[in-house]
Amino acid sequence: MGKPTGFLDYERVDAKAEAPKSRIKHFNEFHEYLPEEKQRMQGARCMECGVPFCQAGMMLMGMASGCPLHNLVPEWNDLVYNGNWKQAYNRLKKTNNFPEFTSRVCPALCENACTCGLYGDPVASKANEHAIIEHAYVNGYADAKPPKVRTGKKIAIIGSGPSGLACADQLNKRGHSVTVYERNDRVGGLLMYGIPNMKLEKQIVDRKINIMKEEGITFITNANIGKDIKASQILSEYDKVVLCCGASNPRDINAPGRDAKGIYFAVDFLTRNTKSLLDSDFKDKKYVDTKDKNVIIIGGGDTGNDCVGTSIRHGAKSVTQIEMMPKAPDCRAANNPWPEWPRICKTDYGQEEAIAVYGHDPRIYETTVKEFIKDKNGNLKAVKLVKLQFVKDEATGRNKMVEVEGSETVMDADIVLIAAGFLGSQKYLTDAFKVELNERTNIKTDPGHYQTNVPNVFAAGDVHRGQSLVVWAIREGREAAKAVDESLMGYSNLNVQ
Amino acid sequence: MFDAKLSVPRSPLYREEFEHDNCGIGACVNINGKKSRATVENALKIVENLEHRAGKDAEGKTGDGVGILTQVPHKFFTKVTKSLGIFIGEEREYGVGMFFFPQDELQRNQAKKMFEIIVEKEGLSFLGWREVPTKPEVLGHKAVECMPCIMQAFIKKPSEIEKGLEFDRKLYIVRRIFEQSNDVTYVVSLSSRTIVYKGMFLVGQLRTFFADLQDPDYLSAIALVHSRFSTNTNPSWERAHPNRFIVHNGEINTIKGNADKMLAREENMESEHLKGELYKILPVIDASGSDSAMLDNTLEFLVMSGMPLPLAVMITIPEPWANNKTMSQKKKDFYQYYATMMEPWDGPASILFSDGDLMGAVLDRNGLRPSRYYITDDGEVILSSEVGVLPIDPAKIVKKERLHPGKMLLIDTVKGEVIDDEQLKDAYAGRQPYGEWLDSNLVKLRELKIPNVRVPEFTYEERQRMQKVFGYTYDELKQVILPMAKNGNEAIAAMGVDTPIPVLNKTYHPLFDYFKQLFAQVTNPPIDAIREEVVTSTTVYIGTGGNLLEEKPENCDILKVENPIMTNTDLLKIKSMKKKGFKVETVPIIYYKNTSLEKAINRLFVEVDRIFREGVNIIILSDRGVDENHVAIPSLLAVSALQQHLVQTKKRTSVSVILETAEPRDVHHFATLLGFGATAINPYLAQESIKELIDSHMLDKDYYAAVDDYNHAVISGIVKIASKMGISTIQSYQGSKIFEAIGLDYDLVDKYFAGTVCRVGGISIADIEKQVNDMHSLAFDPLGLASDLTLDSPGHHKARSGGDEHLYNPQTIHLLQEATRRGDYELFKQYTACVNDENSPKTLRGLMDFNYPKKGIPLDQVESVDSIVKRFKTGAMSYGSISKEAHECLAIAMNNLGGKSNTGEGGEDLERLSIGPDGLNKCSAIKQVASGRFGVTSKYLTSAQEIQIKMAQGAKPGEGGHLPGGKVYPWIAKTRHSTPGVGLISPPPHHDIYSIEDLAQLIYDLKNANKDARISVKLVSEAGVGTVAAGVAKAGAQVILVSGYDGGTGAAPRNSIHNAGLPWELGLAETHQTLIQNGLRNKVRIETDGKLMSGRDVVIAALLGAEEYGFATAPLVTMGCVMMRVCNLDTCPVGVATQNPELRKRFRGKPEYVENFMKFIAEEMREIMAELGFKTIDEMVGHTELLKVRDNLDERYAKVDLSNILNNPYAGSKEKVTFDPKQVYDFGLEKTQDERVLLKQLSKALETGAKRSVEVDVTNTDRSFGTILGSEITKRFYNTLPEDTYRVLCNGAGGQSFGAFIPKGLTLELVGDSNDYFGKGLSGGKLIVYPPKGSTFKQDENIIIGNVALYGATSGKAFINGVAGERFCVRNSGAVAVVEGCGDHGCEYMTGGRAVILGSIGKNFAAGMSGGIAYVLDEKNDLYTKTNKDMVSSYEITSKYDVLELKDLIKEHVAYTNSEKGKMILDNFGEYLPKFKKIIPHDYEEMQKAIVQMEEKGLSAEQAQIEAFYANKK
Repeated sequence: MGKPTGFLDYERVDAKAEAPKSRIKHFNEFHEYLPEEKQRMQGARCMECGVPFCQAGMMLMGMASGCPLHNLVPEWNDLVYNGNWKQAYNRLKKTNNFPEFTSRVCPALCENACTCGLYGDPVASKANEHAIIEHAYVNGYADAKPPKVRTGKKIAIIGSGPSGLACADQLNKRGHSVTVYERNDRVGGLLMYGIPNMKLEKQIVDRKINIMKEEGITFITNANIGKDIKASQILSEYDKVVLCCGASNPRDINAPGRDAKGIYFAVDFLTRNTKSLLDSDFKDKKYVDTKDKNVIIIGGGDTGNDCVGTSIRHGAKSVTQIEMMPKAPDCRAANNPWPEWPRICKTDYGQEEAIAVYGHDPRIYETTVKEFIKDKNGNLKAVKLVKLQFVKDEATGRNKMVEVEGSETVMDADIVLIAAGFLGSQKYLTDAFKVELNERTNIKTDPGHYQTNVPNVFAAGDVHRGQSLVVWAIREGREAAKAVDESLMGYSNLNVQ
Repeated sequence: MFDAKLSVPRSPLYREEFEHDNCGIGACVNINGKKSRATVENALKIVENLEHRAGKDAEGKTGDGVGILTQVPHKFFTKVTKSLGIFIGEEREYGVGMFFFPQDELQRNQAKKMFEIIVEKEGLSFLGWREVPTKPEVLGHKAVECMPCIMQAFIKKPSEIEKGLEFDRKLYIVRRIFEQSNDVTYVVSLSSRTIVYKGMFLVGQLRTFFADLQDPDYLSAIALVHSRFSTNTNPSWERAHPNRFIVHNGEINTIKGNADKMLAREENMESEHLKGELYKILPVIDASGSDSAMLDNTLEFLVMSGMPLPLAVMITIPEPWANNKTMSQKKKDFYQYYATMMEPWDGPASILFSDGDLMGAVLDRNGLRPSRYYITDDGEVILSSEVGVLPIDPAKIVKKERLHPGKMLLIDTVKGEVIDDEQLKDAYAGRQPYGEWLDSNLVKLRELKIPNVRVPEFTYEERQRMQKVFGYTYDELKQVILPMAKNGNEAIAAMGVDTPIPVLNKTYHPLFDYFKQLFAQVTNPPIDAIREEVVTSTTVYIGTGGNLLEEKPENCDILKVENPIMTNTDLLKIKSMKKKGFKVETVPIIYYKNTSLEKAINRLFVEVDRIFREGVNIIILSDRGVDENHVAIPSLLAVSALQQHLVQTKKRTSVSVILETAEPRDVHHFATLLGFGATAINPYLAQESIKELIDSHMLDKDYYAAVDDYNHAVISGIVKIASKMGISTIQSYQGSKIFEAIGLDYDLVDKYFAGTVCRVGGISIADIEKQVNDMHSLAFDPLGLASDLTLDSPGHHKARSGGDEHLYNPQTIHLLQEATRRGDYELFKQYTACVNDENSPKTLRGLMDFNYPKKGIPLDQVESVDSIVKRFKTGAMSYGSISKEAHECLAIAMNNLGGKSNTGEGGEDLERLSIGPDGLNKCSAIKQVASGRFGVTSKYLTSAQEIQIKMAQGAKPGEGGHLPGGKVYPWIAKTRHSTPGVGLISPPPHHDIYSIEDLAQLIYDLKNANKDARISVKLVSEAGVGTVAAGVAKAGAQVILVSGYDGGTGAAPRNSIHNAGLPWELGLAETHQTLIQNGLRNKVRIETDGKLMSGRDVVIAALLGAEEYGFATAPLVTMGCVMMRVCNLDTCPVGVATQNPELRKRFRGKPEYVENFMKFIAEEMREIMAELGFKTIDEMVGHTELLKVRDNLDERYAKVDLSNILNNPYAGSKEKVTFDPKQVYDFGLEKTQDERVLLKQLSKALETGAKRSVEVDVTNTDRSFGTILGSEITKRFYNTLPEDTYRVLCNGAGGQSFGAFIPKGLTLELVGDSNDYFGKGLSGGKLIVYPPKGSTFKQDENIIIGNVALYGATSGKAFINGVAGERFCVRNSGAVAVVEGCGDHGCEYMTGGRAVILGSIGKNFAAGMSGGIAYVLDEKNDLYTKTNKDMVSSYEITSKYDVLELKDLIKEHVAYTNSEKGKMILDNFGEYLPKFKKIIPHDYEEMQKAIVQMEEKGLSAEQAQIEAFYANKK
């Protein structure tokens, strides 16, 4: 357990972020991690709880609390404290195929449920994870380890996001021959194009993909199944198919004037941005330029924040983020105690940068867009906003949001980015495989299972579960891999902790 | 035999073997062999005065058994046979048989005829029968119902056979033939020298039932008597003592192993004397007999084979010799020689034996039974469990002594000699050149050469695969193997078990885990293997056991191994040893995967038989060689199956079995292997795993040192496990099978683990086989594919998501905390829904369901919540283990509800005993009395509503505790009456409870200390707990708590938490049913606890028989506990289980939360009760018929057989099966001298506190003398009276617990002597004892008070003009005592006060002493050889302050007792002073110095303690 009194002896120290005004000048990651020796003290703060809430991944009062991957957090925290990096890496990779991604992009459910956080700051498990995996790369522990025996079974995985990659990694380790299809030009799905470079540098993604290639996985890009390649062809070529194509159907805002030019889905905005960055360092100008523009972002989530950060980096004139819900409290409310997921107002990097640049928080709460206002050329010029409030519905007894009469305002807008979440799977693909969907347009399976109604077709990740976190995607990928392995071989020795 | 007519059915959970008995014993002997009436009379009187050591049934009319052994009374028999026309001839020319025949005449006549025929066939002549005159009308109806027909037979000695032993040998053969030809008769005795009269009597009935014993012509020079206190009252005439040779007070803990080995030994025992006759005798042991009977069988066999009786006793019950620094080499050699052939019959025992010429007495190595004797100037020896049983003129007494631990007293009435231990053993040790024989024959492992062969090693990947095959886990690597290899000790864990038992667990558990360790509670004591290491031994012997009956050098052709846990090198040495008398061969225990495990075992037998015929005598069972197509027989299965095969085929003592195995890694694993028969174990994979720890930098240590430390940790752990059962040597532990199985198929157990109790059925051999294959497939993928070889983390103890399911998990903890915090019952129901999750049952009760009647009753008719919660209690958690805030929070909550909170064993702050200025009642209703007796004062006891005697606790039954100095914060030290910063030890046993009658005594003491409190006894569920509970009920307890093994918030070694004890469902059901079976159920309330988490749990407890319910973990969780499981580290992050002031600030519990929990539980109970149709709890208790096994269970769960629990034969009867106040045990306190005399005479003085004196006569039956008076003083004055306000002068013999708990202001002055527990819990009073005028013996050489004096004394003074028994001043924390000598283990566990000892002391002085000072007069300069120096230093007395203190105390001693020794010292003080040594504990000395330094800096006393504490902690 690290050090029994570590939580009393040491303060939490996080990776230091570069100052907002300086980091907005580039699109690179901007955290400076502690030197190894100091990071070890952060491991000492772990109490190795008898009930490690950090790794529970359990529903508490309707919200997930703790890591869905059941990462062996107490074990590797201890090993970090003892400087036993290799063993720490072994324990980490036992449950998590991609610590290099999760240690950068995960909202750290582990830390939010950490018992240390009950009175004080949680253990810096995310930074510890980062230290372990980066140490492993430097010291060669993370090198490719191709399987020695091949089963001769062929598996196609559609989609190279976190669930597809996890599933591929697991199945390949077992000796199955895995081919991953990606409709984009680069492998990684959301990891590549959904998450901006400053959060997850793309060479980090490539580093892992290259190892997976070395281990024998085939990646085929620019291959859009259901469009470029027929599903039937895939089904006939492979023993099993796993659909890991994400919940890539973005939620739209159906307000008048939606056809105005200058309205983008966040995912497209971010994709074009990263592609342009990677292809030409923006020289090709194929990205949506926000320079000197008034940018309005609809949606208060992580993607919205990524849009804020990206817009600022391009030199937007103003950035406003609108959110339907009221502002969450700054610290836990009485009815939201530890270890529940904290429903608090989190000021993420983009918002920090906005405050630094524009002097105020970009977020407006309890507000929605009532109309997009175009100029005569059909270009967006402003948006009409309206205030919302909760009213109790007498019929159902539930709260519902209604507009506040007479609260309309108009705000200048050159660009609107819609980051209002995703609705489910994309129809062309599910139609191609003829898989049954549930009411939320996710692919339907029995609860806890991954086999779809179509023989030999499995589904995992957001396309199955609905829009969610990277960690859930990895978990689904791992579990689906076990199901596939079992259906192929009659048993499975794949491990899901 | 006579048990047939039972009026009540038997509980399916009950087994006859669970029965225990303890007793009072006595003997009268005329040294010169002068036969007299007085000897018989006196013996009968002794037994009559030991009434409080005898048991009786619920009605008090039938006794547990009383008997007497005398010489054959020739004069009497001559007289009575004459009238029958039988001519018996001269003394010893005939043999007399005493028979219990069946009442059935036909059966009896056949038996008699059979006996006559056998006598004649054996060449003797049968003289005739005599019906023994009896008076059945004096007996209780139960005794009469099963009374046998009692007759005597007379047999003539043929002229060619010599008188005495040779004739008796002939009679022995006759008896053995008869016993095997007839199974309805019990032969009480058959001898020409001795005769036994016994039966199911109350002590007074022996004399009145047998008119023979009152006949003036019934004379004897030897008489042994015995009164039995059995746990049960199931009728049995034959179980009364004496046996044929012995009377036994105690218990043989290792009996199963001893009996097995004795049966096997039959093959290699040969003697001239029984040549050609052996087949008539065998088996030596009657396996259906009691432990005493089997010991008697064995002694008898050895004697008949020609071994002298004292020698036979000496080798079966040897004194501890291996670690004895003062024993002569000659004597050690003698013991060593016999140790190679006979393992100790281990356990508390005081044994008296006689063959009609010799009479002897011996005490076990621990001295756990009292035996005192007087020798008079007219040649009488009077020996008894207590003094004062016979009035003897003090002027006639030449010696007052006691039996010393491991020592023997022998009286030869033929030669007219008393032979003491030294003389006797020297004589035997000198009979043969044992030393020479050993030197040339005995092989020592450590001296064997290491051969030039490589030790096999694994590659990294091989090792990983093997770990996977054998189910190793990361938890085990990190939390089991690592701490042992690192520190040489097992790791400590906390907060009990909340994972499913192995059979219900979805994750893999090796077979070891299906066996639960048994432990001693009540009927025999666990021992302290750490502080009393001197009595332990880890040596084992490997090879062919010699012929016990012939003394020859070849007998010691055997390999001596000091630690049976072997390194690879050790094993290699054995494998390649080439020595005469040894032949070693390795037998694989691996077999082809996917073939039958059962066949593999059979093949093993065949293989072993084959090599045995070839002369192999060391068999190494090896599971090396597991590969793609080989799997291993689970090592425990292989060992136990083979052991059984070897016993059955009588090879066991001819061969030894060593195990070379990958499987065991945890201490418990090794314990089961040794316990089921392995002689030594080489755990090669565990040791390889240590290499992995080193290679992966998890352990920085030399590999060989780490392995040594690991092996040491294992063996120390096993010694501790053995000591929980009271066993001190590994040699006796081997094969003793001290386990209960749970969740194994009955056939499997019968076949391969015969003799092991298994009452919950489960998986079969086919399931085990499947498990083996499944585990193998994980490591060796069936298709050769890659699989994850890293170790899994199932989280058996500390949880890991995805591993074992824990009852306390994030969800249940959070829901419970929120529900109780918000007072939200709906949320609470969500919580209980998780706990009761029917899809994955985690407990036995989880497999049960209610058998709801068609119609229930409306909820509003059910007893109210407010009424139900009064039955609720919180667990015993000491102030010290949990914080002040948490402890008080529980007390306030329970007092608000009218329930009860429990102090735990740490005492209670004085301020809390009365309601404070805040109006809150923080006084715990239950005051616990545990083995450490911390803070147990008269005031503490008088403030109790219930006093709980903790015999065991769920977390670590059979173990003591150790509160390290760093946790003894000043405020904790204050309530525990100890020193801050100095560690505190709770001994494993209560040193005043080694047996059931001792417990009865403590119950009596406490009842005297607080007449209004009910006395509760806390037991832990294990096989036989019901039988123990019956004994406890007979001893007067009013509440019996049966705790589950899984509860327990305390810190303990991991194996104690997980592998000792059983779920409460079993123990509770057994207790409830066994009490009904014995007619005792209405005398007690039954309480249960152990992870009770929902209303459903509690209702099930009620239906199984519990009336009151305890909760500990759940209330802690409501107060903020998050099951961190670091209670042992003082780092509890929520301020519950810590004393750290910073962390305590984090405590956020409130009494309301606890109250909400209790109310919610009650509410949920009400809902179920309404459905079940019960209005009250009382109506519901015991209605087991309303429980059934859950429908539609998964296949694995469905295998678990609960029928023994659910088939309660007493369920649904109309009889009341709850406590009935009308039947409450009657202590008869109104008859005590305190009530009759003292309180009456002092009544006026007590009102005012005026000075008064009283004089009374006392005898040994006046027990707990002065205690009631003391309690009255405490109630009125607490400790405000001046010393000597009330003086009571007593003449005679003080009974047990003389002056227990007496407070300041009371002085008891005793002229005479006193028994055990003198001054127990002394709370400020003064005790003075000295011999009467006219005594001629020397005071400083003769014993005056018994064992365990001043146990747990907190303050006061004692002046003792004579020698004390063993364990003088044990756990004294504040009293000042002066004595003139003491026995073994003096000042053990002492934490404060002063002891001045003006004479010689026994061994192991100051063991575990952490505080206080002893001044010892060391005239022979041998104190250093007798002191246990682990914790103390010895100094000459130099400081002025010390000199003054010593001198003042001696002065006071002389003033009160007129001590001659004292006077001599004072008169020559300058000469004596240099001979005194000051014994002071290191830590105590450090702290005292630190406190003084702080005080010198000007700090107040209190502040100085705090500062000194922190300074020391750094």
